[in-house]
Amino acid sequence: MLANLGYFSLVLTFVAALYGAGAAAYGALKRKPVFVESARHAMLLTWPLVTLAAVSIIALLVGRHYEVKYVASVTSDAMPTYLKVTALWGGQAGSLVFWSWLMSAFATAAGLRRWDRDRELLPWVIVVTMVTLAFFISLVVFFENPFQRLWQTLDGVQVSALFQPKGTIPLVPTDGQGLNPLLRHPGMVIHPPMLYLGFVSFVIPYAFGIAALAAGRSDDRWIRITRRWTLVAWLFLSLGLILGGRWAYDVLGWGGYWGWDPVEIAAFMPWLTGTAFLHSVMIQEKRGMLKHWNMLLIILTYSLVIFGTFLTRSGVLSSVHAFAQSAIGPMFFGFIGLTFVVSVSLLINRWGELRGENHLDSIFARESLFLLNNLLFMGILIVCFWGVLFPLISELFTGQKVTVGPPFYERATGPLWIGLMLLMGVAPLSAYGASSGRSLGRNLWKLMALSLVVPVALYSFSGVTLIGALIGYWLIGFVIIVTLVEFWRGALARHRRHAESFPLALWRLAVRNRRRYGGYIIHLGVVLMAIGIIGIEMFQTETQGTLARGESLSLGQYTLTYESLTQFDTADGRNVARAVVQVYRNGKYMGSLYPRRDFYYASQQPMTIPGVRSTLEDDFYVLLVGWEPIAQQGTTFKIYHNPGVNFVWMGGLIFIAATLLAAWPTREYESLRQSTAVRPAIARV
Amino acid sequence: MHSPSKWFAIVGAALIGLTLMASAPSQPPPPSDDEVNAIAHQMYCPVCENVPLDVCPTEACAQWRATIREKLAEGWSESQIKDYFVEQYGARVLASPPARGLNWLVYILPPATFLAGAYILFRAFRSWGRPAEPQTPAESDSKDDPYVARLEEELRRRS
Repeated sequence: MLANLGYFSLVLTFVAALYGAGAAAYGALKRKPVFVESARHAMLLTWPLVTLAAVSIIALLVGRHYEVKYVASVTSDAMPTYLKVTALWGGQAGSLVFWSWLMSAFATAAGLRRWDRDRELLPWVIVVTMVTLAFFISLVVFFENPFQRLWQTLDGVQVSALFQPKGTIPLVPTDGQGLNPLLRHPGMVIHPPMLYLGFVSFVIPYAFGIAALAAGRSDDRWIRITRRWTLVAWLFLSLGLILGGRWAYDVLGWGGYWGWDPVEIAAFMPWLTGTAFLHSVMIQEKRGMLKHWNMLLIILTYSLVIFGTFLTRSGVLSSVHAFAQSAIGPMFFGFIGLTFVVSVSLLINRWGELRGENHLDSIFARESLFLLNNLLFMGILIVCFWGVLFPLISELFTGQKVTVGPPFYERATGPLWIGLMLLMGVAPLSAYGASSGRSLGRNLWKLMALSLVVPVALYSFSGVTLIGALIGYWLIGFVIIVTLVEFWRGALARHRRHAESFPLALWRLAVRNRRRYGGYIIHLGVVLMAIGIIGIEMFQTETQGTLARGESLSLGQYTLTYESLTQFDTADGRNVARAVVQVYRNGKYMGSLYPRRDFYYASQQPMTIPGVRSTLEDDFYVLLVGWEPIAQQGTTFKIYHNPGVNFVWMGGLIFIAATLLAAWPTREYESLRQSTAVRPAIARV
Repeated sequence: MHSPSKWFAIVGAALIGLTLMASAPSQPPPPSDDEVNAIAHQMYCPVCENVPLDVCPTEACAQWRATIREKLAEGWSESQIKDYFVEQYGARVLASPPARGLNWLVYILPPATFLAGAYILFRAFRSWGRPAEPQTPAESDSKDDPYVARLEEELRRRS
């Protein structure tokens, strides 16, 4: 009954989305507002309908309805209720419903905004969001139906179908297979929704961009309307990536947080274009330039969002993330191709109307530096895109599969990251419009020289001799100094002019221009993360050894002493091998760690959970690699020393908090939105 | 009493034994886990894609590591061991594609595209650019400070 209800609501959503898209387009083209309004109502209907479907799935999951194939494949009796609920996005079909639910929610939110001033954009926003929704719903309705039940033919063959096929009897397994063990980590419970939130939110700025193209609006209104949407999308995508890194560090047991896995990269690519977009739209807002480029960037971001979902969900690339294998790949491929071609055709059609309102005055102006920033982000994107695609191309043309792994990405993107760090320091010192190299240089050289203190101190006192690391730390110091100086100069200027106290001036400065100063704090978060990344990339050490009880293994200042190992079965279907080791630093006892290896009987899957001693300075990370179960002698441990890795998480937190600050709505901003009918005069500042 | 011939026999046997021991090849120490992992870190097994061989927890990968250890013990070099695995399982076992044939594309295309992008940007700078207007140096505390003016202008527009 629940399954039928859920499926029926999905079918209705599909019909409503198709009708919405068709009626909106017809209303816009034939200038019949009544159709547009009808389409808007259809759009508003989709959210309750998909909610009903999602709630039905959750009820089936929690209610142990193992006769439903999806429920049997992702839950089991041993799983706690919260994991049964979050199993909604633990498998292919459920995650597509979850994607659709978010899409309909955002479309509804967009549909409920006040459209008085932007009426001509509404129909096209409906078309884009409803076409996207219809596509995802079609995948679940026709290919990956989460409501299919299990049946058995008389000769014992198991089949799945929504309604009972002829000659079969219902099949109700006594227990389910359970969620993929890798997905049972709390980080994994919230990592996918964050990524999906980021992915789906990016559909909204794209929809407004396409609406502006379709409606023939060449101003930056679409950017202004979606400014906060974009920031929120970027926030969730960033959060999803950071949480994914933390999950990998805690669960995957390879001593790191980023393995350049194709599906990590799939989520990273829209983040790259999104970041480039966030920077370059500022140029359009301030100077009316780069209209084509911004449009292209949002089209690319949308295509990469769909491409990312395709990589994760189609099973086209096997990786630690690609749990699902299915036949929806060609559908995705067709949809990505179609939307990209249509979007670019629209852009080409409006090319002439989107000419810039200004010229570039100087290569030292901020807009030029933003363009360089865009070039570097695009460079990283190309490396990532090509690295993900090449194994497929190689297999297609030569029949030989190849691995494009971390060494390729690290070598290819390293110089580009260095360039971005440098720009992060230089750009805040530049001005929009006319800006000479001399004036920029005057601002620059003292701060660059001052920041040399950082590598010199590291070389002199910490004995760091790696040139790459010294350059990296110098740039980190440079960005931190420039950012702090920007805050100080701004606050001082306000303090002097308005006779405000310095802290008040600092507060007002940050609050009144949240995007700029939030952006600067994001930069600080990024450089803190860079401290950790350099630490783990350049100074990570590791060793492995097989120890008898009481024996020790040393790495740098740390010593590990093996105490004991126990092996036991758990109620949730695991066999756990858990070691107890004592950790000493410079001979001083620091505590015990419990690295373990879980083996899931149902999926025959081992999982390595590290024991980690974590401080701001470093992590001591212990993996249980192997053991002799009978004699309990000869247990093998792998240990890593990860200097500064916690700066990655700390920087990540600052990064997220600052993005929230930048995206937080302000009364001033709202009043500006209300009062600005046309784009304000271009500021030559 | 022992006869001198017997002493000669004992000393001779000892000398021969010592000579043989000295001439026998000295047994190298068995390869350490770190030596094995140094090679395994650069490899991937075809089943556990995207998990480097040195940290992969599966039984199959443990066997691969054992094979690396055996080959190292037999005196094979790192490149010989990698070649052996490539021969057995194909180039996909390597962390990066070997630079030959079609694989060259993976290394050439990104920098070429980036350089093309840089060239387009450079051309755009040239075509858009006008000579920069020289800026007059300003007093930092003056009311005409362009930085203060810029800041005030931005804050005014926000409020």
